[in-house]
Amino acid sequence: MKVLVTVKRVIDYNVKVRVKSDNTDVDLANVKMALNPFCEIAVEEAVRLKEAGTADEVVVVSIGPKACQEQIRTALALGADRGIQIETEEAPESLGVAKLLAKVIEEEQPGLVIMGKQAIDSDNNQTGQMLAALTDMPQGTFASEVKIDGDNVNVTREVDGGLQTVALNMPAIVTTDLRLNEPRYASLPNIMKAKRKPLDVKSPADLGVELKAHTKLLKVTPPAERQAGIKVASVDELVEKLKNEAKVI
Amino acid sequence: MSHYQAPLRDIAFVQQELLQVEQYFQATDCWQEMNAELMDAVLNESAKFCEEVLAPLNAVGDSEGCQWYDGEVTTPTGFKEAYKQYVEGGWPALEGDEAFGGQAFPKSIAIAVTEMSGTANWAWSMYPGLSHGACHTISHHGSEEQKQQFMPKLVDGSWTGTMCLTESHCGSDLGMLRTKAEPNGDGSYAISGTKIFISSGEHDMAENIIHIVLARLPGAPKGTKGISLFIVPKFLVASDGKLGERNALSCGSLEHKMGIHGNATCVMNFDGATGYLIGEENRGLNAMFTFMNTARIGTAAQGLAHAEWAYQNSLAYARDRTQMRALSGPKAPDKEADPIIVHADVRRMLMTQKVFAEGARMLVYWVAQLSDQTVQPAGSDADKAEELLSLLTPIAKAFATETGFEAANLGLQIFGGHGYIKEWGMEQNVRDSRISMLYEGTTGIQSLDLLGRKILLKAGEPLKLLITEMSAFCKEQGDNPEMAQFIAPLENLLKAWGDNTMKIGMAAMQNQDEVNAACVDYLMYSGYITYAYLWAKAAAVAQQKLNDSDDDFYRNKVYSAQFYFQRILPRTASLEQTMMSGVNNLISEQVDPFAM
Repeated sequence: MKVLVTVKRVIDYNVKVRVKSDNTDVDLANVKMALNPFCEIAVEEAVRLKEAGTADEVVVVSIGPKACQEQIRTALALGADRGIQIETEEAPESLGVAKLLAKVIEEEQPGLVIMGKQAIDSDNNQTGQMLAALTDMPQGTFASEVKIDGDNVNVTREVDGGLQTVALNMPAIVTTDLRLNEPRYASLPNIMKAKRKPLDVKSPADLGVELKAHTKLLKVTPPAERQAGIKVASVDELVEKLKNEAKVI
Repeated sequence: MSHYQAPLRDIAFVQQELLQVEQYFQATDCWQEMNAELMDAVLNESAKFCEEVLAPLNAVGDSEGCQWYDGEVTTPTGFKEAYKQYVEGGWPALEGDEAFGGQAFPKSIAIAVTEMSGTANWAWSMYPGLSHGACHTISHHGSEEQKQQFMPKLVDGSWTGTMCLTESHCGSDLGMLRTKAEPNGDGSYAISGTKIFISSGEHDMAENIIHIVLARLPGAPKGTKGISLFIVPKFLVASDGKLGERNALSCGSLEHKMGIHGNATCVMNFDGATGYLIGEENRGLNAMFTFMNTARIGTAAQGLAHAEWAYQNSLAYARDRTQMRALSGPKAPDKEADPIIVHADVRRMLMTQKVFAEGARMLVYWVAQLSDQTVQPAGSDADKAEELLSLLTPIAKAFATETGFEAANLGLQIFGGHGYIKEWGMEQNVRDSRISMLYEGTTGIQSLDLLGRKILLKAGEPLKLLITEMSAFCKEQGDNPEMAQFIAPLENLLKAWGDNTMKIGMAAMQNQDEVNAACVDYLMYSGYITYAYLWAKAAAVAQQKLNDSDDDFYRNKVYSAQFYFQRILPRTASLEQTMMSGVNNLISEQVDPFAM
């Protein structure tokens, strides 16, 4: 079985995000970028399936400028077999991403698609669901456990009320939650091997997809800075303030 | 709680922009595939391991220390597991010889891994660090058979190594050592004697430990010319590499020491242990010098490590801790007091730490690159690289560790009373850093090596070479008005450096003690000038970049260089006075200042 894994290049989770001075966007100049943590979990899960003998090939795909090849190489160093970069300078919206991925799926015919449930930059949590709709594949989102059982995949989902397990017919789409696994560190020999693994570059036009913008980014502003608190002298004063100033009780 | 975040941006600045290692690799025969992308991938992954696995064990190692029971040594909680992970990740093989499973990375890249693992947890990093020394020695001086037998497992990290030099009565002066090696008649030797201060001498992290031991053969000449070098494994190794019986050696006890508690510093007893001669008889010390030069670069990196660690943690604390108001008026009016980072004196300490940490990074990485150039000159002159390397190694070792200790000490100061409390980790950093000025040759020994052996014995030639290189940079920048603030003082100092060296040389012809009297001040003086050269170079690179980018990183570089030139470099004036004051204030024919 072939497993397709999607990865996204995002701002490193350790970096303190800053907004550009003209408020047009987040400032990414000279900022450390990394593999989206949810995508890293997706790669780890696919590699584990391969190590268990369930999968025989892991293909990793990313959409973005040339720099995102770095994240594809990271995934290859973690154990994926080959990479596909769909080169775009513009950051496509979730629907555009889903359309591109649908075409990749058409070409690659994977038995299982594993994706991060969301990317930590825009936190949309949409692409997996949209892709399932476009390809008419069953979906198991927010996975904390994935078990292959013949032609089915049993996915334990983290839902508000607790855990829900769904059995999906493959090919299927799984999106990962944080507790699915703990990704490994890439080993030095695998980092070296990753350099020589195949990486195809395609354009949206190659896939016959025209990217459209359905939304417009108007303004990005940092959250208001937290103001200093005050000390109240008594419980009565606190209650008085909650009632009349904060108006919450 | 202390923290560590690998300074990947500054590492990339030094490697790629200042030293232009990528261009250098392109010109070599064997490192052409080492490009910026690969370096990023390797260093990013190593940084993750250092930050997430090694750094959290740093305080654990200090508080638990190593435990000795009946000859067995247990390392602190988590050390063994971290080492296992490190071996599984293939990291021990980074610099290793390809013929024995290594990745043969150049030192110019590997030094960053040394820095990061060392900053995250120096005591831990000494276990794999010492193995490199043993590996290096066997690979340079061992027979083909010895290499086949010992190298693969040392390279992959299943075994670790040690270097057994010191005995209780001889440290700096190895000519006095007494450990004996008697021929067994089958080509092997029986090694008997006691070695002390053996780092990683016994532990529970690896299957076998390969000791490299200095000892004397029967009838060997006295002094340093009668010392031979032996491989003495903890478990004997069959020719097929399988482990045999336990050799007749054991760890007698652990030293109770000031810092680096996580590393087992052992007394090793050799009771007729089976050993194998490496290299020629009585030429052991020469072979050992190959190792010692590499080890000195490693120790210089320790100076860098403690300065970086102190700087990062002090900076975070200074931003967070509020005390008093800025004298010029409140800077954080909504708070009860301003964060201490607003105070000029706190900033003086932080900037001092910063220029020492980043200065050490430039020097240590440059030395690493020179070491690569001695084997892969890539169009440059290998002999010149060798000369510069041998001159800069004692400066890097002593100066980076002395200033690293100063930076660590300032870290404690910035924390005020809390710096003296264990839980903040600042006093541990001071204690851990203190050893770096002692082992692998004390500051005094490095200084004698620099002024005596490397400069005066060679009639000043290596120094001329270095000053010529530095002067060439000054000339290059001569018509750059923005660089005048750095170039003018640097040129003056380069001239004075040469003149003063000559004067000390002249005085030494009258009285050899003059060398010993001047050497430590001379080394520190040389160190400040060397950092000045590197800071000026960094400023030149940064100013160039600022022409077409608006990156704060480069603005900070120029500002830091200015700080270095205005607040640190003037120390050379005082050092010049003291080093030129002569031996008479130390040794007098008329007065015994210590008589009661």
